[in-house]
Amino acid sequence: MTLLQVDGLTKQYEGRRSLAQRLTGTRQSVVRAVNDVSLRVERGEVLGLIGESGCGKTTLGRAILRLHEPTAGRVVFDGTDVTALAPPDLKAMRRRMQIIFQDPYASLNPRRTVAEIVGLPLALHGIATGEEAREITARVLERVGLRANQLDRYPHQFSGGQRQRIGIARALVSNPEFIVCDEPVSALDVSIQAQIIALLLELKRELGLTYLFISHDISVIGYLADRVAVMYLGEIVETGPVAEVLDNPRHPYTQSLLSAVPEVGPRRDRARVRLQGDLPSPLNPPKGCKFHTRCPLAIPLCQTRAPENRVVGPGHVAACYRLDENLSLLDAAR
Amino acid sequence: MSVLLEVTNLQTEFTARAGLVRAVDGVNLRVSRGECLGVVGESGSGKSVTFSSVMGLVRAPGRVTQGSIFFDGRNLRDLSPEEMRAIRGRDIAMTMQDALTALNPALTVGEQLAEVLVAHDETLPAGRLARRAAIRERSVEMLGLVGIPSPDTRLRQYPHEFSGGMRQRIMIAIALACRPKLLIADEPTTALDVTIQAQVLELITDIRARLGMAVVLITHDLGVVAEHCDRVMVMYAGQVVEEGPTGQVIGQPRHPYTRGLLASIPRPALRGQPLTPIRGQVPDLVGLPPQCRFHSRCPLARPECLVEVPMLDAGPGRRARCLRLEEMA
Repeated sequence: MTLLQVDGLTKQYEGRRSLAQRLTGTRQSVVRAVNDVSLRVERGEVLGLIGESGCGKTTLGRAILRLHEPTAGRVVFDGTDVTALAPPDLKAMRRRMQIIFQDPYASLNPRRTVAEIVGLPLALHGIATGEEAREITARVLERVGLRANQLDRYPHQFSGGQRQRIGIARALVSNPEFIVCDEPVSALDVSIQAQIIALLLELKRELGLTYLFISHDISVIGYLADRVAVMYLGEIVETGPVAEVLDNPRHPYTQSLLSAVPEVGPRRDRARVRLQGDLPSPLNPPKGCKFHTRCPLAIPLCQTRAPENRVVGPGHVAACYRLDENLSLLDAAR
Repeated sequence: MSVLLEVTNLQTEFTARAGLVRAVDGVNLRVSRGECLGVVGESGSGKSVTFSSVMGLVRAPGRVTQGSIFFDGRNLRDLSPEEMRAIRGRDIAMTMQDALTALNPALTVGEQLAEVLVAHDETLPAGRLARRAAIRERSVEMLGLVGIPSPDTRLRQYPHEFSGGMRQRIMIAIALACRPKLLIADEPTTALDVTIQAQVLELITDIRARLGMAVVLITHDLGVVAEHCDRVMVMYAGQVVEEGPTGQVIGQPRHPYTRGLLASIPRPALRGQPLTPIRGQVPDLVGLPPQCRFHSRCPLARPECLVEVPMLDAGPGRRARCLRLEEMA
């Protein structure tokens, strides 16, 4: 059953026009951080969103929650159009949709105690106050592996991993159904990262949560996601079941991304598809397929018209003109 | 292969408000000519401080209190600041983790490259014009070597005009300008995206082969080590806990910490199986008792572990700091 449906979501940021631009009547510069993205998340699943920095994955996550107001498109959550909600209804909806942030240092108010930070959603949504709120907060803290006697401490008294647990507790306290996990483990050391991943999976199982899990780390996504969406310059280029996409990537960007990940353990005979150059500036994105400037398979058509999504397997779609040719791209590199 | 760098019983301490912190405690290591050594550890393990000590870059309140650092036959700890300055940049170069803060934002890339050449390169011609032309030629060559397109124009640009991957390349170009015998790369790709990371690491590997230079690659990513290093050294809480040939250490770790680290890495192949994270967290380095530093987190710990554990022989070319290493074989 679909819990979250995103249709044609676009978020653009407008730059300020300089004097010269105003005098000459030049249009202001527009960054389309998220461009016409559609996706759905089934109840109880983890949808992994992969992409490199600047591809718009964080903006997408926030636009879904309307933390950044989308420019166009629709977000439907459990049958309700979130994009059309008036402020009071949106607030009520946020009780069911939460977010865990990447940076466990910047996302907690240093001047508030843990009880205040984690308990705030309870007060905001009128769930509980006073002693009752404190009890709920203590229970949630224990659930995420902290101790109830740490309620009155401040964030700086905790390590990075513990802070991330506080962030998770804050997201959980209002009993949500859906959580956007925005790179929740990227800032942590490997051994701590594993603790937090285990905790997130445990919570999902016990509480029947649904995650949109944003990460640049393919190993993490490959480990915990059910389906995966690959993002490049504001657009989703490939979506599918995680095993399908990782074992049989069809978009040349996904292929090069996967082959760039250094791996521990038995060295497979791995094909290398090396990308040349950097991500183009989103201020001035390439026309046509946005990947054509770095794509080893680009043909003239790619420069003029963006490819449509094509179904390449069960639940597996990719947006590329050269899907048939690139079956052999990895083989050629081998 | 002959030994290029040999560090024995290195100790570096910092005086902090909470007390004395021994950030590097009795580290021994050896780098052969042309070899690539990977140094792995989590934050606070002492991996960066170890090599800042080698470079003579530890500043107050920190100081190197013990040990010897033999590089190319000379003990660097006996050298005067002037002599050390002559070695730094010419014979040993280090690239820093964060290229944006390591580069000077007020100087062009060309000026920063020229600084190194002027300071260290004795082969530059004496005449002013000839000298300037030679510096320019070498700078263009270096930027070309690290794969920066149109180096001629790029030399006149400032660091902010480059992307993250390009800045990391510039720092590598500066580090390599004098063809050092040893390059210490401190987390060269941590701030970079994977596709760019792959480019930078391949660049380092490629240049290492071409110039016959030794490389120390400091990283927290065991995958990077697996693909690029001949030998690996794992650090924990200021000490080396395991070292050996990369394939063997990763294939069959002999220290519970190394094993825990490897088991902590999520990977697609482990889907559906629980990860086995290392429990707890890194101990506070202030006032650590002389005993195995990992025992509080170690699944194999027993009362006998509460003693100072030396590095023990764990097979040809391998050592590990664990009393129970035999049981892990």
